[in-house]
Amino acid sequence: MGGKVVTISSGKGGVGKTTATANLGISLASLGKKVVVIDADIGLRNLDVIMGLENRIVYDLVDVVEGRSKLRQAMIKHKKFDDLFLIPAAQTRDKMAVSPEDMVKLANELREDFDYILIDSPAGIERGFRNALEPADEVLIVTNPEVSAVRDADRIIGLIEAADKGPGKLIINRLKTELVKKGEMLSSDDVFDILGLSIVGIIPEDELVLSASNSGIPVTLNMQSKAGMAFNNVARRVIGEDVPFMNLDENPGILQRLAKLLNGR
Amino acid sequence: MTNLLSRLFGRAKKGSGATAKDRLRFVLQHDRINLPPERMEEMKSEILAVIVKYLVVDKDRVEIDLEQRDRTHSKLVAEIPVAIHTPSANSKPVADSGAPADAAESNGADAELADDDSAVEAAKSDSPKDAKEAKADEDEEDKKP
Repeated sequence: MGGKVVTISSGKGGVGKTTATANLGISLASLGKKVVVIDADIGLRNLDVIMGLENRIVYDLVDVVEGRSKLRQAMIKHKKFDDLFLIPAAQTRDKMAVSPEDMVKLANELREDFDYILIDSPAGIERGFRNALEPADEVLIVTNPEVSAVRDADRIIGLIEAADKGPGKLIINRLKTELVKKGEMLSSDDVFDILGLSIVGIIPEDELVLSASNSGIPVTLNMQSKAGMAFNNVARRVIGEDVPFMNLDENPGILQRLAKLLNGR
Repeated sequence: MTNLLSRLFGRAKKGSGATAKDRLRFVLQHDRINLPPERMEEMKSEILAVIVKYLVVDKDRVEIDLEQRDRTHSKLVAEIPVAIHTPSANSKPVADSGAPADAAESNGADAELADDDSAVEAAKSDSPKDAKEAKADEDEEDKKP
């Protein structure tokens, strides 16, 4: 059946869906996969700027769906990777311009030429989400370790299961290790207990993510970044590798270091 | 300062992370069955109102709670202790034959309760006085070690 369609959704906005999509796209491409990323957030186009491709847009998703452009014409090749493309969202239309059936048709066409088709879902549970969900083979749910984000993730998970696209996998984004240690933030285990979905990624809070989006160079391309490494690990898990979770404890206390020494580790 | 002191003396205060988890559990329980907490309370009192028409219920010990195994499996679990009818309010058959009282209690609102003669009789009794006494008897029984 060719390529795999992976939809990235969240329920709540602002948890890092677009960042996750961009970084997964880059990581999968750097692993040698042929990848196309689709911005399904019509009217609120963003994936283009996160990927640094905003200057090259001529045609968009709605142009393709409405027959004004060929699929190939709307696909923007990434500067660094020859096998990574973006199909941008239309900025001046709304979500009703595209139907779930349009998305299935588009995805099926892309499956023939690509290994992974990533769809960046808009926030919310309306048409835009339905558009992104319908063609999905697998759904990744991005959430933050916060009450409102987890609640909305739960709602989305219910809808994904009701649409027979479940169970989906979790990406826990912006985890602050120091706060978790102090008991002042939900841990990844807490989120797992509550939502009951397997976790495919734990992304630590990292200032470099902001610098990356400022400059349009996704953070996975920065070898110094822990978040970048974590996104890269997500990509490897998506292609089926068994990757252990990173140790996010950056500054172990003196006692822990001593204990490690004594344990010979 | 208090924070520092409590930390110094190792009195581990529950962090806000744990509070977040508890609150999420609660709110998701209701989200998932699409029944807000207030409506749930309404439902509980309606259920009780029906049972009270037939049985004498120890209202202070009533527990009706939602149990959730996972996202798709929830059940409503009710424990509703009912008073055992005593043929004569002065004698203490409940205390003497502890067995039926125990059975009624552990069964809670189970269907079996209807089969329990004493419970049904208590329900049939139209005299509120009778019922009250039966309840009082059971309470007394409770206080015994």
